[in-house]
Amino acid sequence: MKILKTLLVTAAISTALMANMAHAENKKIALVVKALGIGFFEAANKGAQEAAKELGDVEIIYTGPTTTTAEGQIEVINALIAQKVDAIAVSANDTDALVPALKKAQDRGIKVISWDSGVAKDGRALHLNPSSSPLIGNMIIKLAADNLPEGGDVAVLSATATSTNQNVWIEEMTKVLPNYKGINVVATVYGDDLADKSYRETQGLIQKYPNLKAIIAPTSVGIVAAAQAVTDAGKIGQINVTGLGLPSEMAAHVKSGASKSFAIWNPIDLGYSAAMLSYDLINGAEAKPGAELKMGRMGTLKLDDNNEGAMADPFIYDASNVEEFAKIF
Amino acid sequence: MLTMFLRSRELLLLVAIAALLVVVTWRFPGFITLANLANVYNDTSILIILALGQMVVILTRCIDLSMAANLALCGMVAAMLNFYVPGLPVLLLVLIAVVLGTALGAINGLLVWKLDIPPIVVTLGTMTIFRGTIFLLSGGAWINAHQMSDLFKSLPRGIVAGMPVLSWLSLAVIIAMLVVMRRTPTGRAFYAVGGNPHAAVYTGLDVGYTRFKAYCLSGGFAGLAGYLWVSRYAVAYVDIAAGFELDVVAACVIGGISIAGGVGTVPGAVLGALFLGIIKNALPVVNISPFAQMAISGTVIIIAVAVNARAERRKGRVILKRAEHVA
Repeated sequence: MKILKTLLVTAAISTALMANMAHAENKKIALVVKALGIGFFEAANKGAQEAAKELGDVEIIYTGPTTTTAEGQIEVINALIAQKVDAIAVSANDTDALVPALKKAQDRGIKVISWDSGVAKDGRALHLNPSSSPLIGNMIIKLAADNLPEGGDVAVLSATATSTNQNVWIEEMTKVLPNYKGINVVATVYGDDLADKSYRETQGLIQKYPNLKAIIAPTSVGIVAAAQAVTDAGKIGQINVTGLGLPSEMAAHVKSGASKSFAIWNPIDLGYSAAMLSYDLINGAEAKPGAELKMGRMGTLKLDDNNEGAMADPFIYDASNVEEFAKIF
Repeated sequence: MLTMFLRSRELLLLVAIAALLVVVTWRFPGFITLANLANVYNDTSILIILALGQMVVILTRCIDLSMAANLALCGMVAAMLNFYVPGLPVLLLVLIAVVLGTALGAINGLLVWKLDIPPIVVTLGTMTIFRGTIFLLSGGAWINAHQMSDLFKSLPRGIVAGMPVLSWLSLAVIIAMLVVMRRTPTGRAFYAVGGNPHAAVYTGLDVGYTRFKAYCLSGGFAGLAGYLWVSRYAVAYVDIAAGFELDVVAACVIGGISIAGGVGTVPGAVLGALFLGIIKNALPVVNISPFAQMAISGTVIIIAVAVNARAERRKGRVILKRAEHVA
């Protein structure tokens, strides 16, 4: 089984390489994903291909294991080292397990970056985060405020009272709240990432705050449940549900008008930026704390002390694009 | 007067519910309106249906911890059929969910009946197996609102004579269960088997088979609830109703269904579910910290169990004293 898998991976990569023979001068950037066949990563590949087209002398090798295992990714990485690619951009299945294989790659002069899901510092030159907590915190309140030019009451529906991510985002949101004049956060409630509890908490908000104009749910279970509760309460148009969610899960609620817009990272931009950053490193850019690296149309990436950087604001999805992205993830 | 109160669990619970409503209304006046109470009942409908299924199982001295997982599996199957085979009528999907739920319940029942494995072990096992099966079927993917047909989502919401279909369905289940538990041999057998299994055998009842029937019933209700849940929240994924089996057991315990079997009524289970439902719906509107919410739910359950235990102990003593006097 293992031999068969290795053979298949090798075969896939040699085919990709043979296709490259014609333009041997091209830089080869391998986009290694958690597993093949996942819409999110297929979309990232689309972005990387876009970057390759823009750069001209780049060939993207899109690859990954068939299941989301670290062992599978190590096999893929070893095969890529043997094929002497110029850079590896990996979304890791395990923070530490890939480090030895990636170190070996770096020893052979291959540039390594991680994106989406990172690897430990030793294993990569830099890590590309899709966004950052301050950017997310600002985005969720901005989504609500953009549809409320006159201001108004908004409430937050979070996951559990102890979820670290959500708490940090809400904290960052509170920091920038004074920038949004007239927006009044009246309550923060917790749906525990359970559909029924989130639904009930939303009903409670609707009853308690008759002037409520928006509900911000920075959790994918919560935003769907809140949208359904608003729909069932007949409050579409009066209360806008927004926050963080996935296009496939939110498509119906955007269509019904329960949610005017919501945000999440854009996998296309992520793949595009990963390819651009790999290209920078191949061409001699140095990844060190404080460095700023170019990412084409996505601007620049500023690295922190851990050589990590945040790509951009979460991407906004609304009626104009949600259908298209719902097919992807 | 007070002792009569304490003896009738249902009356006591009714008073507790009234007191609860008064407290909630004092903190949030809008809660007591007819429209809101109808909403609370509608929201509790699924819990009522499940609690009635669980009640029957508990009456026979068993327990069904796989109910929520069964619900999730049947809901997912109904949602996936609705998505991948768009032509199927919704009523057929509901029927499929009920039949599938009954079949899953029958697995529990067979294991308890034929292999004599303790019910808590059987249903803990099938609980994880059902959840795992959902993952295998769906590959971990969600079935989302836009993938469900409009009728699939709107059926329980449809208003008939002023109330949503969901509320009518739970009312129908309550009435059916009242009749079954009071007027049919099977209903009486559930009590007999749980009250005293040995005596039940002597009266010609098959204890194992009766338990099997109880599991089939709770499975069927879980299947029905599965469709209702998925349709109500317009989403199906592996973890829906995670941990809900404990709410269902709690509703039964609060409603005076004795965990030791043989004691409990349909109105008791319904009131127990309503009590929990009111708490669940009231907590979001009365400004209580999320940490206190869990503590409150837990305290209520422990008080209910304590009251139950007291009531049962007293009954035992009285019988013994009489025996002494006769001697």
